[in-house]
Amino acid sequence: MNINLTLFVQMLVFVTLIWFTKRFVWPMILGPMDERARRIAVGLAAAEKGKTDLAEARERADAVIREARDRATQIVDLAAKRANEMIEEAKGTASGEAARLLTQARAEVARESSRAREDLTREVGRLAVRGAARLLEREIDAGTHVELLDKLAAEITNG
Amino acid sequence: MAAEHTLTANEYILHHLTFLSNKAPTGVMDFSVIHLDSVFFSVLLAVLFGGSFYFAARNATAGQPRGFQAFVELVVEFINDQVKDTFHGTNELLAPLALTIFCWVFLFNAMDVLPVDLLPALARGVGIEHLKVVPSTDLNVTFGMSLTVFILIIYYSIKCKGLGGFIGELALQPFSSKNPLLQALLVPANLVLEIVPLVARPISLALRLYGNLFAGEMIFLLLATLSLHGVAQLASFSGWLYVVLQFLLAFAWAVFHLLVITLQAFIFMVLTIVYLAMAHEHH
Repeated sequence: MNINLTLFVQMLVFVTLIWFTKRFVWPMILGPMDERARRIAVGLAAAEKGKTDLAEARERADAVIREARDRATQIVDLAAKRANEMIEEAKGTASGEAARLLTQARAEVARESSRAREDLTREVGRLAVRGAARLLEREIDAGTHVELLDKLAAEITNG
Repeated sequence: MAAEHTLTANEYILHHLTFLSNKAPTGVMDFSVIHLDSVFFSVLLAVLFGGSFYFAARNATAGQPRGFQAFVELVVEFINDQVKDTFHGTNELLAPLALTIFCWVFLFNAMDVLPVDLLPALARGVGIEHLKVVPSTDLNVTFGMSLTVFILIIYYSIKCKGLGGFIGELALQPFSSKNPLLQALLVPANLVLEIVPLVARPISLALRLYGNLFAGEMIFLLLATLSLHGVAQLASFSGWLYVVLQFLLAFAWAVFHLLVITLQAFIFMVLTIVYLAMAHEHH
């Protein structure tokens, strides 16, 4: 074992290798590693942001759904109220109509009955006159029938 | 194993501890000598690390990482965390430096898990007599790295604190006095107390790695001497016994060694980060 030129050659090789590593190897390996670390950080931040965005959107969707539900309830209530009103209104209209029809019918009946009574009176009058004529033709006796005839005439006029 | 003649255990181990060099060294320091095998494997593993990581880096995308990119990112992330835990300033060099050290030293050490005779035997096949395949069992290699780190420590100390600040840190602590005369007397003591640990850093870095890996390799070599006689020893029962014993022990040591090689690469890296972090700190 002795110390010789190998020492200096080794130093030269060592320095060259250090230079090579520092110049080419180290930055070219660390660069992509740092870039990857940056990308991962960005990705994680984006994921975090996505999570909060999702929560926010969910909250917003909940609010919208809640509002829609409220609106729907309101509409249903309104519709029910309106239906009740319509029913009440229809009932009112119907009973009014019924009363009117009833009145009309009653009036009709009254009119019919008075007309029938008039017809009847006229007929009875005619019959009475005919009857009286016949009676008169055969055995008219003023004394016996005058009272009857008077009564009859009064009845007809009262009619 | 060489089939022509049987080596003694001593010869075998010495043979394995000999570097492939251009010529025999004349002393403890001889800068005309170069270890061709250490340089070759060091550069080869540098290219393997640099090339594979560059390949992964060039194809890296910010999308889902797959296969090799995921592995490279795992390593880079691990190193980056280690650096950030220890060092809180800004230094563009420190993290790539730590990555380089960890991966390169790990690959050096991983060569130790290859069978000790595999690559030397292949080399002998093409006429290369000696081959040491583990660069971190070469003091020149480990010192080459630790001295580079030491230079960086000095550089960043001076850069961050100024030359005066750096020298002041060495000279004016741990003992300080408000009396200028007394302080002047304390300076030499401070210098000794501060410079020794400073210089000890690269030495301990280099020797720790070298020692651990050299010892690991030595264990493999010692176990390999159990089957020194090659095919010839399969003729006897005891010969078989030695082969099986070598297999079992070498396997156990290799498994344990996986821990050692990773740990040593990690320690070299962490200590470098700590030393450079200290160089940036103001006291």
